[in-house]
Amino acid sequence: MEILRYALYRFGTMLLTLWVVSILVFVIINLPPGDYLSNQIAELRASGQSAGVAKAEFLRSEYALDKPLWQQYFIWVGFMPGPHGFSGLVQGNFGWSFEFDRPVAEIVGDSLWLTVLVNLAAVLFVYVVALPLGVLAAARARSWVDYTSAFVGYLGLATPNFLLALILFYYGHRWFNLPIGGLMDPAFEGEPMGWEKVKSILIHLIVPTFVIGTSGASAMMQRLRANMLDELGKPYVETAVAKGMSPSRMLAKYPLRVAFNPFVADIGNLLPAMISGSVLVSVVLGLQTIGPTLLTALKTQDMFLSGFVLMFVALLTLIGTMISDVLLVLLDPRIRYEGRDA
Amino acid sequence: MAPLLSVKDLSIGFGKDDSVVRDVSFDVAAGETLALVGESGSGKTISCRAVLRILPKAAQIRTGSIQFQDGASCKELVHLPEGEMRDLRGNQIAMIFQEPMRSLSPLHRIGNQVSEVLWLHGRKSEAEAKKEVLACFERVGFPDPERTYSSYPFELSGGMRQRAMIAMAMVAKPKLLIADEPTTALDVTTQAQVLGLMKELQRDTGMAMILVTHDLGVVANMAEQVVVMHKGRVMEAGAAEPLLSAPAHPYTQALIQAAPKIPAAAAPKALPAKKDLILELKSVSKTYSMRAGKGWKAPSLIYACRGIDLELPRGKTLAIVGESGSGKTTAARIALGAEPPDEGGEVLFRPQPDMPPIEVHRMDRAARTAFQREAQMVFQDPYSSLSPRMRILDTMVEPLEIHRIGNRSEQRIKAAEMLQMVGLGRDMLQRYPHAFSGGQRQRLSIARALMLDPSLIVCDEPTSALDVSVQEQILNLLEEIRDQRQLSYLFISHDLAVVARIADEVAVMRRGLVVEQASPETLFHNPQHPYTKALIAAQPEPDIHRPINLELVAQGAGRPENWPEQFRFSGYEAPPLTPLAPGHKVRCHV
Repeated sequence: MEILRYALYRFGTMLLTLWVVSILVFVIINLPPGDYLSNQIAELRASGQSAGVAKAEFLRSEYALDKPLWQQYFIWVGFMPGPHGFSGLVQGNFGWSFEFDRPVAEIVGDSLWLTVLVNLAAVLFVYVVALPLGVLAAARARSWVDYTSAFVGYLGLATPNFLLALILFYYGHRWFNLPIGGLMDPAFEGEPMGWEKVKSILIHLIVPTFVIGTSGASAMMQRLRANMLDELGKPYVETAVAKGMSPSRMLAKYPLRVAFNPFVADIGNLLPAMISGSVLVSVVLGLQTIGPTLLTALKTQDMFLSGFVLMFVALLTLIGTMISDVLLVLLDPRIRYEGRDA
Repeated sequence: MAPLLSVKDLSIGFGKDDSVVRDVSFDVAAGETLALVGESGSGKTISCRAVLRILPKAAQIRTGSIQFQDGASCKELVHLPEGEMRDLRGNQIAMIFQEPMRSLSPLHRIGNQVSEVLWLHGRKSEAEAKKEVLACFERVGFPDPERTYSSYPFELSGGMRQRAMIAMAMVAKPKLLIADEPTTALDVTTQAQVLGLMKELQRDTGMAMILVTHDLGVVANMAEQVVVMHKGRVMEAGAAEPLLSAPAHPYTQALIQAAPKIPAAAAPKALPAKKDLILELKSVSKTYSMRAGKGWKAPSLIYACRGIDLELPRGKTLAIVGESGSGKTTAARIALGAEPPDEGGEVLFRPQPDMPPIEVHRMDRAARTAFQREAQMVFQDPYSSLSPRMRILDTMVEPLEIHRIGNRSEQRIKAAEMLQMVGLGRDMLQRYPHAFSGGQRQRLSIARALMLDPSLIVCDEPTSALDVSVQEQILNLLEEIRDQRQLSYLFISHDLAVVARIADEVAVMRRGLVVEQASPETLFHNPQHPYTKALIAAQPEPDIHRPINLELVAQGAGRPENWPEQFRFSGYEAPPLTPLAPGHKVRCHV
């Protein structure tokens, strides 16, 4: 029950944070002078195309860009009726992309889920690789196992992701006949989801997951190793050995449990770091994730599109931190019982 | 009959260095207690860990044999395969460690950690194991075993945690228990109770015990056989009684000499009239409010100090004695201005005899800086109170730099002078703290405190992290400096024997209140309060004929609500501090 209440409380604070983030995002997007349409109008005027000007003027009033900034904000979020009544983020209307001349929802559509997919796969990869390697490196500290894993880890950290991507593509294609670029076979694009399509996506995921996850995994591995080494020196480990526990059982039950905390706490940081870090990779690998879209939108001051993408990334981050907070409370009684009468 | 454990010519070393333990031999008979005595670095801990083969990775057993009588067969532990060794650990030979705070995993329930011993040795189903563990908890004195079973270590006090450790060691009914400084981290009264418990358990189960300790008082109370170690070698070994009453080896003699004793005071001594007070605490209270776990509950209040009135005359030493959590450190922090007292409390400081007093908690910036020059502190742990990244010279001159006193060469001369004053060489200025032993480090912190020529020094348990022989030297040094430089000390300690040596007046605290206050002579000759009596009774003495009186300890150290009528607290209501004789105040109804 306590946990449930805590989760609800965390959810509440998450919504609050999200609201603050929305203000920040809106302010930052509006910091550069002008907006997409006024820039376009000025350009059209200069070249004397009055028909275009009329359309742009129409869009301006359609999207309430002629209103004062604070009203624009409320209309965008959906706290205030715009020209078409309440129709903002809260109501599920993400706005119009001027650059692509299509609704934001349509542009972002699939790539939203592909982004989540690619990054979740990468996070999973990070944990699956870092956990055993980190524990092993700590348990066999200062042996060849430790040194080898550290060496491989530093290589992973030091290699630029896009370079790694190119290398993997080349050899992956040559030796394992892995596909190059994209997140699915072009034949499936726009097709409804089916077994063949899922299979195609999974095969295409291998290289991007590896590329995006490597540096995170090596960083995480080193952190886990350091945490474990700290814990291994603690007296309670000695107590466990003196009880007659075998080393592997002792490792798993005591030090790993304690060293696990930072590991879990990292979930929240991992997601946004990967999304923003994977932009370049997505461009190089030709992945239809949200990264490249965000890049274009920011460059062209396509405000609704960039605003929505930024909000989405913020949401992912907040969900990540919320998950890790709730997990921490579940894992660590010291956090759970803070303030309980002893 | 063959002894239960027989260690012969044991040598242990690290890497290629010389052995740190050399040719150590001792026997432990079934049901008997052997004490391994020595200062830190004497090799006593390493020797006893070798029995369980839980040495640090770099250490190896070089020569010697460790034979353990397991039923009819005799096992050579040095060469026993790891798997068989594991069967012995926790099952036949159990161990209790020094720090009960850190020797239990913080993330697992006590019950889980204790029953694990039974699960590991594969003897019990989960339900049976739990039943046995609950019985064991009851035996070691937990009032509510079920609750303890599902508690986490951080929910228990230090003494209770050590009881849990004892339960963990005892639950499999081992033949041999190795206790490595089991009570060093505990308060005197808790120590007495834990030692009493261990003795009782030993009587009940007939197990043998190896007690590793630096405290001869503990030895005298517990052991039948004693092995004195120094620098990896056995200095003297034999039955406890002749060894303690007539030690043959000069090293043992020196150890016994250094052991703190409560003096047998001939007569109470009245305090001389107090004039020229350097520090005065007037009805100082401190209340902390603890944030409640749930937002809608009112925060709970913790009364760390309540209505403390203390006076420290110039050139004298006032000691505050109490267990952890008694409020003694809070009082000292308030006296130093580190924390403000509650409304109505006042701390007065007179830097010079004829100057008007300064109110410590109503000073402006300049006055505060001046006050800080006059009042300095010596901390408990010499290992963490010196920055490991600063040379001694830099650590020493830092206070002078902060207060902009003197130029570089003057500062250097002053630092060298202070080092010589505390008995260290001036050539040590360029070294880093790690090159110094615990005692030397404590000398360094004293030297640092003296750099600003203060008139008041607050000593917060300055000797409790040190070996007995070193403790003696530091106390001598403190006394010497006090008399030489007319210093005044506010001395915080949990150890009455230490306080007995150095203090001119002692205030005994419990639950944030002063319960008895007098000169040490009066206090030891004629203690009135049950808690003071318990503190005195709990002090282990290296005299085998004066065992700890557990009854007195239990009575005085128990809950203040169970004290005799005259002294009893009821909740936060306590009797007033009443003067019984001039200079002797006791918190009681008359």
